[in-house]
Amino acid sequence: MDILVYVETRDNQIKPAGLEAISGARKLADVGGGKLTALLIGTSLSELTGEVEKYGVDRILLAEYPEFAGYTPEGYREAIIAAVEETDAKVVVMTATSLGRDLAPVAAAKLDASLLPDCTSIEYIEGKISVTRPVYAGKCIITLTANSSPLVLSLRPKAFLVSERNGKEAEVSKLDVSLEGKIRARLVETRSEAGGKLDVTEADIIVAGGRGMKAKENFKLIEDLADELGGAVGASRAVVDNDWRPHSEQVGQTGKVVAPTLYIAAGISGAIQHLAGMRSSKVIVAINKDADATVFKSADYGIVGDAMEVLPALLEAVKE
Amino acid sequence: MNIAVLVKLVPDTEASLKIGEDHKSISTADLNFVLNPFDEYAVEEALVQKAKHGGTVTIISLGGDEAVKALRTSLAMGADSAVHLKITGGLDMLGVAKSLAAFLKDKNYDLIFAGKQAMDDDCAATGAMVATILDIPHVSTVTKLEVEGNKLTAEREFETGVEVFEAPLPALITAQKGLNEPRYASLKGIMMAKRKKIETIEVEPITAKTEVIQLTYPPIRPPGKIVGKGAEAVPELVRLLKEEAKVL
Repeated sequence: MDILVYVETRDNQIKPAGLEAISGARKLADVGGGKLTALLIGTSLSELTGEVEKYGVDRILLAEYPEFAGYTPEGYREAIIAAVEETDAKVVVMTATSLGRDLAPVAAAKLDASLLPDCTSIEYIEGKISVTRPVYAGKCIITLTANSSPLVLSLRPKAFLVSERNGKEAEVSKLDVSLEGKIRARLVETRSEAGGKLDVTEADIIVAGGRGMKAKENFKLIEDLADELGGAVGASRAVVDNDWRPHSEQVGQTGKVVAPTLYIAAGISGAIQHLAGMRSSKVIVAINKDADATVFKSADYGIVGDAMEVLPALLEAVKE
Repeated sequence: MNIAVLVKLVPDTEASLKIGEDHKSISTADLNFVLNPFDEYAVEEALVQKAKHGGTVTIISLGGDEAVKALRTSLAMGADSAVHLKITGGLDMLGVAKSLAAFLKDKNYDLIFAGKQAMDDDCAATGAMVATILDIPHVSTVTKLEVEGNKLTAEREFETGVEVFEAPLPALITAQKGLNEPRYASLKGIMMAKRKKIETIEVEPITAKTEVIQLTYPPIRPPGKIVGKGAEAVPELVRLLKEEAKVL
């Protein structure tokens, strides 16, 4: 069973989740005994092939067109379709990033394929692909199998380990994609937040604040600690609804589901919809004035105290 | 402007969930269901665009009898009419998208809205799939929308910023939190919604290509420890994070 993996790039750089997708797809190809082809989409990609080879692919297709300077669902879809036709792949693997969560259903609909999005594990058993994925924002985990091919899978960032393979050289070729008249939803502008800020879904460490931070200005304490730790700032729904923080930082069921190595929840009481979004973090630290706060039930380590006093002390301690 | 909104009824996000006896789905006993929160933004945006450009807002929900509640809630917010695409069995994602697209195909909607994802299966697939099957452009996870003449400009949220798209109508938009502030249904709206007729169309089942094996709870986190009180506990916390948890 041949597999196509779309390796996500932004500005012609491979995203970490793109490497995770290769490793996830490599394992499937190993068990299923098929060829693995990596597809890259962008404007200038030839320098990236060496990095892709390290993770063990048989073939690399480069879809390089000026139209691929930025993401468009219709343009990228055409590249996926062309690559599937070129390789006759039965399974397409991509990332469950904001790009992949848009592109995977588009590609699946166009290929008349089953879609298994946001997978946290994949297995190939007796000729069938079986996956697990969180549902209800992580309150439950579902196991699904697909009964027919083609199949499109997207892999949740940080759920799959990246592993290098003894690199053999992959066959590299350009992919012809016919784009004329295809792109109707055109990308006209991209605005990135200042300073290349890390997103909560990509960060290894998240320092999140809730209503216990008492005021918008006090999030400076959260920002400083996140900066010191090289992490990202997270927020509870309450503070986003109060306009203290942007929605892009919201962790939980109406925000983002995260799985960092370390999650520090400061002044967050632990509403079920927040806990659902962060419970798969490796280590959770809770700081809350109320010793009975539900957040302590999900935390590995807790400090009962005012976040306004604990956070500055924590910042000093980690600086040492 | 002819506007359609695709909505779904989902378990209340504040609810704790119990897995049913089949170990494949959740127990619906004593569970409160609500209009999918992201669909509230979709309905609101449809009403905002109607106020600007005129036209009608039709709400469409695919599901069993329970779907009517999502339609009534949307009608109470101010939508004009509602269609229940009634199914008896389950459908997989592609089946859902095909069924919705089959209904929408010849209705000539200028704009179709959906929530960016349903807060049950969290697939975030229906909007993009429907647009692809209908062969119309779409923009997903939209936080800002302007419609002018035959063209829309939409801001799409990605991990660290926004992408601005332009697309011709007809088009499909999936709504992200931040797009607007959904209105509460007024008492008058609720009363009027009860009197509005909901059109029911039986939908032919489509054989699912994916199969549920089991539904489980996530692994239980081992009980944690309270390190101490206030700022004095910080040195011990840092020591534990470094030496025991090895995350610093």
